[in-house]
Amino acid sequence: MFVLIIGAGRVGSAVAKWSLAEGNEVSVLDEDPLSLERLNKDQQSSWEDAGGQFTVGTALETDALDAAGIAQADVVIASTDGDNTNLVVAQIAQRQYDVKKVIVRVLDPRRAEWYAEQGLETVCPTASAIDMLQSAVQAG
Amino acid sequence: MYVLIAGAGKVGWNLARELIDKGHEVTLIEGNRDRYLTVDQELEHAVQYGDATELWVLERAGIQRADLVIAVTGDDEDNILICQVAKEKYLCERIVARVNNPRNYRWFKLLGILPAVSATDLILRLIEHEVPQYGLVHLLDLPENHLEIIELSVPEGAPIAGLRLDEVVLPDGSLIISILRSGGGFVPKAETVIEPGDAVLVVLDPGLEEEITGQFAATGARG
Repeated sequence: MFVLIIGAGRVGSAVAKWSLAEGNEVSVLDEDPLSLERLNKDQQSSWEDAGGQFTVGTALETDALDAAGIAQADVVIASTDGDNTNLVVAQIAQRQYDVKKVIVRVLDPRRAEWYAEQGLETVCPTASAIDMLQSAVQAG
Repeated sequence: MYVLIAGAGKVGWNLARELIDKGHEVTLIEGNRDRYLTVDQELEHAVQYGDATELWVLERAGIQRADLVIAVTGDDEDNILICQVAKEKYLCERIVARVNNPRNYRWFKLLGILPAVSATDLILRLIEHEVPQYGLVHLLDLPENHLEIIELSVPEGAPIAGLRLDEVVLPDGSLIISILRSGGGFVPKAETVIEPGDAVLVVLDPGLEEEITGQFAATGARG
């Protein structure tokens, strides 16, 4: 599988490393060149030596998306720190590039729910945290 | 009419002021606290503090009854999403979005966020009008109807100069509809001869300009 990860913060970079270790082709797009360090950290070989791809650019730039290989992507994960960027780039991946599986991180629970109804696969860390805290309280 | 405006920058604030002057009911939403406090001194209850991409902020501002939603923040993603929920979730009939980076216009279009207005494009359009040697002026663009009308000047030595209209070969999807000559304009006939110094109005499918402009280039000139 070819996995494109847009936004390599804590979440994106961890998923990228896991995905590469699973034997996938993995491309990471991030606006900050320093994010490559996060991918290299605590690894035996550097991200690119290990076969990972890294592109510097912002999520809405056509050139950056093309360079990161969005046209070949089987899976796109939108995991920048901005809900709005994630929601827009996820819809671009679906509608412009016909990516089969698009997963989008949305921190705002209400919008995560509404966009899920519109056909986006949303992951909402806020909703998960609320659930976990409520269960922890209930468990006493 | 009830108008919701997201973003109280220079564009949003002045729009709000103009619309209120014209007798419309307006709510302006601004997410920057300092900016909100500044604008609040003038507009008072017509401005609300909050992130206009959050649904509860839009609902508090009464998006359910808005006749028009205008998204003019400095962030294209925000403008796209505000208009998208206005249109698709709250079924607001009319939206207007601001495009900050003209390269993002294609994403507005892809997601059906139209009309989308870009200041850069508006200024470019004005430059085309003000700088006649450019040779080509967009008179009307109706991208949704796949139609535009352009004005082309005919310089001395242009391939098209001296041809009868029925000798002119233009690509399918384009048609000469009028000739401007000596301060007047007329609808040409098949036997009308195009003269140097004329300006020609062409109706065409968007994207055909480049195929057409070659016939209007002065000899030796390119593009």
